[in-house]
Amino acid sequence: MLEEIRIGVYVCHCGSNIADKVDCPAVAAYASQLPHVVVARDYQYMCSDPGQELIRQDIKELKLNRVVVASCSPRMHEPTFRKVCESAGLNGYLYEMANIREHCSWVTEDPQQATEKAKALVRAAVARVVHHEPLFERWAPVNPNILVVGGGIAGIEAALKVAAAGNKVWLVEKSPSIGGNMARLDKTFPTLDCSACILTPKMVSVAQDENITLLTYAEVEQVEGYVGNFRVTIRKKARSVDLNKCTGCGRCQEKCPVEVPSEFEAGLAMRKAIYTPFPQAVPNKPAIDREHCRHFTRTKGKCRVCFNVCQVGAIDYDQEDELVTYECGAIIVATGYGLFDPSVGPQWGYGRYDDVITAIQFERLVNASGPTKGKVVCKDGRVPERIAILHCIGSRDENYHPYCSRICCMASLKLAHLAREKTGAEVYNFYIDLRAFGKGYEEFYNRILEEGVNFIRGKGAEVTQKDGRLVVRGEDTLLGRYREVPVDLVILNTALEPQPDATKVAQIFGIQRSADGFFLESHPKLEPLKTATDGVFIAGCCQGPKDIPDSVAQGAGAAAEALSLATAGKVKISPVVASIDPDLCSGCRMCLPLCPYGAISFNEEKKVAEVNETLCKGCGTCAASCGSGALNVRHFTRNQILTQIEEVLAV
Amino acid sequence: MTNGFEPKIVGILCNWCSYAGADLAGISRLKYPANIRIIRVMCSGRVEPSFVLKAFQKGADGVLVSGCHPGDCHYMEGNYKMARRNVFIEELLASFGIEKGRYRQTWISASEGEIFAQVVREMVEEVRKLGPFPGLGARLKELAAAEGGK
Repeated sequence: MLEEIRIGVYVCHCGSNIADKVDCPAVAAYASQLPHVVVARDYQYMCSDPGQELIRQDIKELKLNRVVVASCSPRMHEPTFRKVCESAGLNGYLYEMANIREHCSWVTEDPQQATEKAKALVRAAVARVVHHEPLFERWAPVNPNILVVGGGIAGIEAALKVAAAGNKVWLVEKSPSIGGNMARLDKTFPTLDCSACILTPKMVSVAQDENITLLTYAEVEQVEGYVGNFRVTIRKKARSVDLNKCTGCGRCQEKCPVEVPSEFEAGLAMRKAIYTPFPQAVPNKPAIDREHCRHFTRTKGKCRVCFNVCQVGAIDYDQEDELVTYECGAIIVATGYGLFDPSVGPQWGYGRYDDVITAIQFERLVNASGPTKGKVVCKDGRVPERIAILHCIGSRDENYHPYCSRICCMASLKLAHLAREKTGAEVYNFYIDLRAFGKGYEEFYNRILEEGVNFIRGKGAEVTQKDGRLVVRGEDTLLGRYREVPVDLVILNTALEPQPDATKVAQIFGIQRSADGFFLESHPKLEPLKTATDGVFIAGCCQGPKDIPDSVAQGAGAAAEALSLATAGKVKISPVVASIDPDLCSGCRMCLPLCPYGAISFNEEKKVAEVNETLCKGCGTCAASCGSGALNVRHFTRNQILTQIEEVLAV
Repeated sequence: MTNGFEPKIVGILCNWCSYAGADLAGISRLKYPANIRIIRVMCSGRVEPSFVLKAFQKGADGVLVSGCHPGDCHYMEGNYKMARRNVFIEELLASFGIEKGRYRQTWISASEGEIFAQVVREMVEEVRKLGPFPGLGARLKELAAAEGGK
């Protein structure tokens, strides 16, 4: 005999979030009239301890065998209430959620309409849950190895933390050296530590750690598998230099006849076609840039200078890209940021006037190992007497990026200090608001004020030239006056933006992106390092602009996330997978090529298709195409969805 | 110009992008008409033509199906399968005499709350103009009568 269906319905007020628009008692009263409903209650906060206890008690006392909670999005609290059911001895899949907050109370103006809509959603959930079946989570083993993608400070920190726990980690970096953007900075705010002095020891630790395998000049091409069991294909780009033979003596770079603007020096100096990006690079061994090297660009008279000068025979022009695979349990993506190109806005004069430069160029200019050995000079060699620093170039600007890049205020204060220290120049900061948000930041701001730096509250609107001198125009919104400030050097503090290849990277790792293009975390507050793909974590500026302390904290945090997985040694796998009724399967094999995971195979003996539940991820594409109705997805069965559609329309 | 008609629209959305986009519309407190009722599937690739037909059979005046943008599918390519199937769904609906404006298939990402709200607003207006859908049986009779009248 079939078991009697006994449903409990719980309508959450969510404080006033739902109750302001939805008449929760009326929805509960409506639900109590629906078939199989034994009890329907409304309560202030269902997710609170007493709220959860309410459900638990009812399950036990009223012998409920189905539960419906009408509250927020299942993307928020589905796991919470699933656990509540389980703790009262009810299978967690005999429960359904009606989203009456995100999809109802928060988006509906009229309370009556919101209440009607909530009733429809609850009615559909009640009808659906009748068809639910108990499902059981499976466990999969977790590979303890971890992959870190991106060798900036966030990725370095993550790799070091993972390695310190004793786990093997591969660190993949696309450029020839690790170090990232931090390696290009001169000093760091607010302590004015030398950036290289605090970064390079960590870079060296990476190279020396026996748990870390460092792959520079390499990119991830493909990620297969699932949480705990990823299989990653990495392309090691042809470096044309044998890293085992090369001693890093640097002769090849001295003799190479080809000069290319240096990316590391932000175009202020030249590098060779065979190059290490900067003197403290790790590994401190060069790569040949085949796009510019005359051995590769010329068809006749191929240059062989580096080959001829190398005493250890490390140059290998025939080297080819190599694909390697790595199996790991978790992935940390820390691919960093790109910088806004100010030449797209002609008003700033970048690219038009020699002495309009970006903040990163000024970092190189002021750096003792930079192109001028730390001398701050204009293009013609003059020492500037007046310098303007323009904040928010490309940030907080409807025309470019509406978001705040977060670090530029503090970086501008730091640059102002360095400029005054090195040149004694008058420095003018054009700012919209000054955001000194971190520990010791406000104090740093006060210090810079005391150093006599000028602050003009208003965005630097235009840079022009007058009588051979640069002039910054803007409105001083405190004085309510239009200002024209003649200067010798203009520094544009440009926005942090997503990496140019963020779209591709997001697709490879199954990461979603927020409206600004940065990678999207699972929850902005409670799960800042997780992504939509289990086992893939994000850290640092790939998620959004951050300063160094936050990037380091996130790198360490992502390592902790990955290590929790690895240390547990096993991971829960959702039972929401496809299933095939062999009695109905006609053996047509339509479903086989549709599965992106190769999870369906054909049993030649029985002449039916079969699902490998370990490989299946439960998307249901196969089920939707099954002509004989043999294929279904557990928890998203045809019957469940059709019932839900029918009932949601009944109100 | 509302002539008192409040259309019922069923939205079948994938969990990872469009459902999350609808969540974001809520989190951002964007307002859109209450006429849409959302059904969650894990992937737009799960959507069977019969889901759409069932909705029209059971009183829907419009149906929206939405998944991740091409290339962004959480399951790699489920949305491409949906796109392929969609050609068939549109033909099927046409053969039932269901007007184009009653069915819409879109790609909405988890960050496009505003776009989701806009799609709902547009669709509700469009379906409101088309008037109530009489149901599959009635529409087929209408078609047969028109055929006979020729």
